[in-house]
Amino acid sequence: MLKIKDLSVSVHGKIIIEGLNLEVNEGEVHAIMGPNGSGKSTLASVIAGRELFTVESGEITYLGQNLFDMPAEERAREGIFMGFQYPVEIPGVSIANFMRTALNEKRKHLGLEPLTGAEFLKLMEEKKKMVDIHSKLTNRAVNEGFSGGEKKKNEIFQMALLEPRLAILDETDSGLDIDALKVVANGVNKLKREDNATIVITHYQRLLDYIVPDFVHVLYDGRIIRSGPKELAMELEEKGYDWIKQEK
Amino acid sequence: MEDKNNDILNEVTGSDYKYGFYTDIDMDQAPPGLTEDTVRFISAKKNEPEFMLEFRLKAFRYWQTMQEPEWAHLEYPPINYQDKIYYSAPRKKPKYESLDEVDPELLETFDKLGIPLDERKKLAGVAVDAVMDSVSVGSTFKKTLSEQGIIFCSFSEAVQKYPDLVKKYMGSVVPHTDNFFAALNSAVFSDGSFAYIPKGVKCPLELSTYFRINAANTGQFERTLIVAEEGSYVSYMEGCTAPIRDEHQLHAAIVEIVAHKDAEVKYSTVQNWWPGDKDGKGGVYNFVTKRGICEGENSKISWTQVETGSAITWKYPSLILKGDRSTGEFYSVAVTNKRQQADTGTKMIHLGKDTKSTIISKGISAGRSNNSYRGLVKTSRRAENARNFSQCDSLLLGDQSGAHTFPYIEVGNRSSIVEHEATTSKISEDQLFYCLQRGIDMEGAIGLIVNGYAKEVLSKLPMEFAVEAQKLLSVSLEGSVG
Ligand SMILES: Nc1ncnc2c1ncn2[C@@H]1O[C@H](COP(=O)(O)OP(=O)(O)O)[C@@H](O)[C@H]1O
Ligand SMILES: [Mg+2]
Repeated sequence: MLKIKDLSVSVHGKIIIEGLNLEVNEGEVHAIMGPNGSGKSTLASVIAGRELFTVESGEITYLGQNLFDMPAEERAREGIFMGFQYPVEIPGVSIANFMRTALNEKRKHLGLEPLTGAEFLKLMEEKKKMVDIHSKLTNRAVNEGFSGGEKKKNEIFQMALLEPRLAILDETDSGLDIDALKVVANGVNKLKREDNATIVITHYQRLLDYIVPDFVHVLYDGRIIRSGPKELAMELEEKGYDWIKQEK
Repeated sequence: MEDKNNDILNEVTGSDYKYGFYTDIDMDQAPPGLTEDTVRFISAKKNEPEFMLEFRLKAFRYWQTMQEPEWAHLEYPPINYQDKIYYSAPRKKPKYESLDEVDPELLETFDKLGIPLDERKKLAGVAVDAVMDSVSVGSTFKKTLSEQGIIFCSFSEAVQKYPDLVKKYMGSVVPHTDNFFAALNSAVFSDGSFAYIPKGVKCPLELSTYFRINAANTGQFERTLIVAEEGSYVSYMEGCTAPIRDEHQLHAAIVEIVAHKDAEVKYSTVQNWWPGDKDGKGGVYNFVTKRGICEGENSKISWTQVETGSAITWKYPSLILKGDRSTGEFYSVAVTNKRQQADTGTKMIHLGKDTKSTIISKGISAGRSNNSYRGLVKTSRRAENARNFSQCDSLLLGDQSGAHTFPYIEVGNRSSIVEHEATTSKISEDQLFYCLQRGIDMEGAIGLIVNGYAKEVLSKLPMEFAVEAQKLLSVSLEGSVG
């Protein structure tokens, strides 16, 4: 589904990702771990199409298409979803309005009729139940005055509505208490299907108690320095990142 | 030699007067220029009673002694008042036979704004089928109003039919001496609207909903007068979301509102005059004087405006809170893009005790435009316990536009409280990317963010107007980023 080959990325002339390779197939869950500043968010942003970052070399294909030929909004409509590490506030725009606009853009792209207000509200209620978020949240402006936990749950709710093929969750777990963490993990698990894939970015092993990854990758200084089964995460937790740094 | 030249000149110009064209009232247009004769011509054309001619002449003579104001944060080449045409008869024949003849760019904009087909035709100046014409709608509408004693008609009609009311109220809120443009309007105004709500009547309809197209065509010097008698209520809407292209560059309107005891007037407007091309060429200059007076106790007037058009906007809808416990509100969204310039705001003059005012101003500047808020809040010595709250926000798109805030506060007694808050923000790259990542393209994203920002004001508009205004904001900012 997603193939990254030899990817190098810079921002303002500074190389952040260097020679990165990654392959994600349908039905898989990948975890990317690594210390702060290792380039995890940058990787997610590049896949999502943020123009702030310059791709120096390498290629990414998604469902057989060259990802660099697609602007960010088209990638989204084709099923790439990014759960933001720091979801931004959009004052005055209700979540309902925001998500209805987003969903209808996607439907238009896929040649489907837009959902009416009533249809959308019904769908929204279903998804709210599914990911277990409070009903009042969706009347509020996008992320405005939300607590850290509310912001992250909102990301999962949006993911539920958009039903992505490839979801990249950037530290959706950080700053959450155990209950919120479970809500987030539950959402991800319920949304898992044969034909979609998830990349969870985290720097704690904790989340992986609830979301069981098929692969764990360790990102360090812009490179994946180690990949392995889920046990790798536990080993990391035990020995710390220094262990890998030294081995490198 | 020089003397002789002058003599000839005098003779030539003097002869104008002798064969003064004001007698030739069959002409469709006044010749360019503004003299006392032009004023007489207009008055004669409109078959006005003597008091109107006197009003106009007084204003004209005063105008001649005045200087164009220069204090606004606006830049434009000097206006030559003598090469303009001050009267042209309303166009009787449609400009086009079918929509196919109309500028496709204009049609595309109508499409984006979702304007119904028959309205598009009228707006573009295309002939309309008799069935489609809203005459019948208009007359049921008029019947409902007249049953309640409400007068709603053109200003010219009011001059003929209700001269006493016109005489009593015209110029009572905005005297001809008020400012340069008000004096000009008072001398040469073409037409406008008149509304009168009798004592105790709550007007059951939004005034001017059905007439917004007609209202859009009343020309360059409009004059509106709204009078709400004791205990009455009216919501009045003026303007049009469709872009109006006009051959007249200079517009100077006056709006006067009078609210008596316990009366409430809501005035909403959407202004979208042609802003000119990307260099600002050909756009309309809009110099407007709007003022209301809360004459009686416990009366209330609110202004809600959405300004997106014009090359230049100079406009300060103001309120005089004279009656004790009266309330004034000003809600404004002003968008400038490309080379547009807007200097707009309000004045709240508190004269009565326990008077309250609220100002919410949302400026949005894009392109290479300039957007200024200019506001005055004044409480007089007698205005004990007066309260004002002002919130002036500016939103910048891109880094070539400007936003400026000029708040003036004059407090005349110790018990009044005046609060002013101001913010300036930008649409962040983070916000835009968040929207893009959800599949919303750049223009959609800007539309959403801007509408969210302006929501507090848009929510004050009558429902139907609000929906149109939202689309308008998005369309106005197209191409402003990216
Ligand atoms: N917009 C930016 N401008 C400059 N440097 C950046 C920017 N974004 C990220 N970086 C740098 O890139 C490196 C990786 O950052 P990031 O991808 O956020 O790491 P992580 O998500 O793993 O903590 C850091 O050194 C960070 O300072
Ligand atoms: Mg990060």
